[in-house]
Amino acid sequence: MATGAQEKQYPPSLLNFFVYNPKFGPKEGEEEKKILFYHPNEVEKNEKIRNVGLCEAIIQFTRTFCPTKPAKSLHTQKNRQFFCEPEENFWMVMVVRNPMIEKNNKDGKPVVEYQEEEILDSVYSSVLQQCYNMYKLFNGTFARTMEAGGVDLLKQRLEKFFYRYLQTLHLQSCDLLDIFSGISFFPLDKMTYLKIQSFVNRMEESLNLVKYTAFLYNDQLIWSGLEQDDMRILYKYLTTSLFPRHSEPELAGRDSPMRLEMAGNLLHYGRFLTGPSNLKDPEAKFRFPKIFVNTENTDEELHLIVYKAMSAAVCFMINTSVELTREFCEQLDSLVGPQLTLLASDICEQYSINRRISGPEKEPQFKFIYFNHMNLAEKSTIHMRKTASVSLTSIHPELMKILGDINSDFSRVDDDEEIIVKAMTDYWIVGKKSDQRELYVILNQKNANLIEVNEEVKKLCATQFNNIFFLD
Amino acid sequence: MSEEHYLELCGNPVQFENASSVNNVFFDEANKQVFAVRSGGATGVVVKGPDDKSTVAFRMDDKGEVKCIKFSFGNKILAVQRTSKSVEFINFIPDLLHLEYSQECKTKNASILGFCWTNWNEIVFITDQGIEFYQVLPDKRSLKLQKSQSINVNWYMYCPVTSVILLSTTVLGNVLQPFFFRSGTMSKISKFEIELPVVSKPAKLSLSERDIAMATIYGQLYVMYLKHHSRTVNNPGAEVVLYHLPREGTCKKMHVLKLNTTGKFALNVVDNLVVVHHQSSQTSMIFDIKLRDTDSTLSVHQPVVPARSIHPYKIPLTGPAAVTTATPVPCELYSSTWSVFQPDIIISASEGYLWYLQVKLQPVVNLMKDKGKLMDFLLQRRDCKMVIVSVCFQMLNGPDKSNLSVIATVFDKLNQVYKEYLEAEQSYTMAVETGQSRGNPAQKRPVRTQAVIDQSDMYTHVLSVFTEKKDVSHKFITAVLMEYIRSLNQFQITVQHYLYELVLKTLVHHNLFYMLHQFLQYHVLSDSKPLACLLLSLESTYPPAHQLSLDMLKRLSTANDEIVEVLLSKQQVLGARRFIRGVGGHDNISARKFLDAAKQTREEMLFYTIFRFFEQRNQRLRGSPHFTPGEHCEEHVAYFKQVFGEQALMKPTAS
Repeated sequence: MATGAQEKQYPPSLLNFFVYNPKFGPKEGEEEKKILFYHPNEVEKNEKIRNVGLCEAIIQFTRTFCPTKPAKSLHTQKNRQFFCEPEENFWMVMVVRNPMIEKNNKDGKPVVEYQEEEILDSVYSSVLQQCYNMYKLFNGTFARTMEAGGVDLLKQRLEKFFYRYLQTLHLQSCDLLDIFSGISFFPLDKMTYLKIQSFVNRMEESLNLVKYTAFLYNDQLIWSGLEQDDMRILYKYLTTSLFPRHSEPELAGRDSPMRLEMAGNLLHYGRFLTGPSNLKDPEAKFRFPKIFVNTENTDEELHLIVYKAMSAAVCFMINTSVELTREFCEQLDSLVGPQLTLLASDICEQYSINRRISGPEKEPQFKFIYFNHMNLAEKSTIHMRKTASVSLTSIHPELMKILGDINSDFSRVDDDEEIIVKAMTDYWIVGKKSDQRELYVILNQKNANLIEVNEEVKKLCATQFNNIFFLD
Repeated sequence: MSEEHYLELCGNPVQFENASSVNNVFFDEANKQVFAVRSGGATGVVVKGPDDKSTVAFRMDDKGEVKCIKFSFGNKILAVQRTSKSVEFINFIPDLLHLEYSQECKTKNASILGFCWTNWNEIVFITDQGIEFYQVLPDKRSLKLQKSQSINVNWYMYCPVTSVILLSTTVLGNVLQPFFFRSGTMSKISKFEIELPVVSKPAKLSLSERDIAMATIYGQLYVMYLKHHSRTVNNPGAEVVLYHLPREGTCKKMHVLKLNTTGKFALNVVDNLVVVHHQSSQTSMIFDIKLRDTDSTLSVHQPVVPARSIHPYKIPLTGPAAVTTATPVPCELYSSTWSVFQPDIIISASEGYLWYLQVKLQPVVNLMKDKGKLMDFLLQRRDCKMVIVSVCFQMLNGPDKSNLSVIATVFDKLNQVYKEYLEAEQSYTMAVETGQSRGNPAQKRPVRTQAVIDQSDMYTHVLSVFTEKKDVSHKFITAVLMEYIRSLNQFQITVQHYLYELVLKTLVHHNLFYMLHQFLQYHVLSDSKPLACLLLSLESTYPPAHQLSLDMLKRLSTANDEIVEVLLSKQQVLGARRFIRGVGGHDNISARKFLDAAKQTREEMLFYTIFRFFEQRNQRLRGSPHFTPGEHCEEHVAYFKQVFGEQALMKPTAS
């Protein structure tokens, strides 16, 4: 079509992001005190106050209908606002500009058309919740900061954290996976898994400061000593932020064993992803990121040491009451490095053996997304490997949106369900929900009918999910 | 201080009349009999065997001083040597003449050094000029020469267990010629030379029989040579050199035991350990040739543990002499009057005692710090089971707790032995199965030694007790259990479900549900119905256990009935029906169960659907939609009529 060339598409983007507490400036003229963080900061003060006030009013108003569940989002033509109260009286608001298409009208003048219905509440509500979770992972709760240093400290931390974090939000590529916020598990045979167990236990014993350990391979989780919810957000951080940042030097071949020249030291590929990049550097700082988890106690503060050898990464978490020294890091390096290197090559070997045994027919030929609410396991053949900048999908955003719609339907009822959608072109989309599991399959078969589609999905379940209880 | 005397004399020694001017004492290594010969036999010969019942007493004429006296096997024939020319025989077989008969050695001018019985009626004379092998014919009261061999002999040595006689030949005496005897045959084994530390000039006999001993260690015959060195800077002392003497092939120098001292030594072999007694320090040390320090063909060994003296021993007072007030007399250990015999015998002729030497394992445990090496040592011992089990238990508890890598090593060592036994057992079973059809002779069933510590042993004596301990951290308990499971898996031993249950209970007890979840996710805890049921019972405290349990039942593929039960109990009636139809079992399910569950949901349409489903099944299977009385669905039919009316019932279709 002729218009196609002149059309210009704008993806959804972040317009505003703010955090406020209505209790902080209840009196007239003190409204500014309510605002703890506002993005973009350049916005004029009165506009900030106006926007915050508007949100407050909407929430207050909707409370009259349901006191426990005030509004979660507000749809307007140009944008959509998402509200979230992660801690009592602390509100986080994210304003997303709707995607638009810029067309030329018959006079040749550009006209903007907002696509109000293209973005999903569930996706962006989850993104907002994740913002809070990520903040909390590194800073602890708002309340805790308030206790420690009052509103000034809180403002300072919010500023410091969100200034960077918001730049990494890629709203245009948020989708169903953000709703799940799942964990991809590395498939592994029992023996190798037990070896890893044994390794983790021995390391925790030798480095007796370590409180929790997590083990990942190929950016996929194998073992978590943290509770599920803590691991979920830490996993998100590792896979979308820390690992991608370090993958470039690896690709550039800088991952060669650096210890060759060190006499008497075993050859290994281990290195710190957090903390000191070079142990031999006399100036090296032995500071590690601090995280807050709720595994054994609430708001437990820990040092996060991420150590990697080849594709295997281990997170050691140590109580912050302990100061980490050069000696400790050197001990860790000399102990963990060689063993982890060995283990990593073991895993790699075992993995390729297993893949050869199972054969190519086991390789999925379908595009699907699987998620289990019980263990947060997710599996997607739609998404390419995530990078720091974008998560690439191999299908049209239109189809992704249908997946999101099906998910919203599922979340409304508790029963098992199955939804089959015929999308435009030749696509069929099947969503299945059985107990706590969800499966979304995208089929592209010309002239397929409902029965054939059903058969195809059955086949997929038989090959991919034969060892779980998944009702057909 | 913990007990460190790892050697002891047995508590029930063989007691005999002590040697004196009128009483000569002889010991026969073959039958382990002590002969007390009073006045050349005229006033009596008392023979004491290893057990009390085998005591024999008799008289014989005093025909001069007895040089050597021995029974043939089974005490059938007695042989007595009084001169260097001949040996006299007395039949001890009932109904045969008790009169002595004599046999001179065949070789002229030779003198008899001694003799050995190699069977109940076969005897070997060793003379300074060779050996002569005879068959004794007790009924004819004569001997028949079977075979002889001329060779200059300095001295000889006999190993009754293997029927091997060793002759010292050549001027230096260091060329040893072994002979092997079996049922009427005598065969020569290739001779070998003992390396002497110094060769004396002019040449003279340099190898004494005192420095040679023969014993079987781990089923192999070894010639042990006590090599004396003068202690110098680069020579820390004497050593024992072990020559392996195979039945076929050549004798090879295999092991060197470093004594690190000099002086007078004596050798014993107890429980496959070489025991070296050192007289001047009054201590003994033990060597285990299976504990290898190096992998070279010749292995050099240090004592397993530091030298210690034999446990102090008090002579028990027995018989009428034992007065209640008298305290037992301490026995002088390492006395110069002791004689040491192979493999494990110590005799004090002056006091009239024969002891068996014994190894005590617990003191070794106290002395050996390296747990891996300790396990290697213990696994080779005869009565090791309870000691190993207690070592394992101590390793996990208390102040001497080992670290996980040591624990892993120990588990691996135990499971290595366990696996070898399982494999032997399996191949035996297979051989029996295939052998029966082919008529092959039955293979020998593998012996289960005490070193085989299986899962139930570990569970009963170590793990289940250890997991109950309050003072051990749950992290450590879990780590230990996982380590044991890892080790079993590594040796491809099927893990018994009680171990999994132990893991599960430990995790549940400490609320470590997510850990449990991960283990199950990677199938570390193997599927089984008991485990699945255990999981189901956890659902109220940990809801995901429901899903884990269903998954497990599904994988078992023999638990479809259980799955239906689970789903029905959750009122997932449609789900249950879909599942059972999916696996093709819907013709056999109980209609009543489903209808009960459907009724409980109080959803009328659901009840309708299920009811109709069964009506259709009835129609298909029996040609009529009605339920049979055996299905006990009258109540449900009535309920259906009540809710939907009689006309809603399915009409039988005329076929």
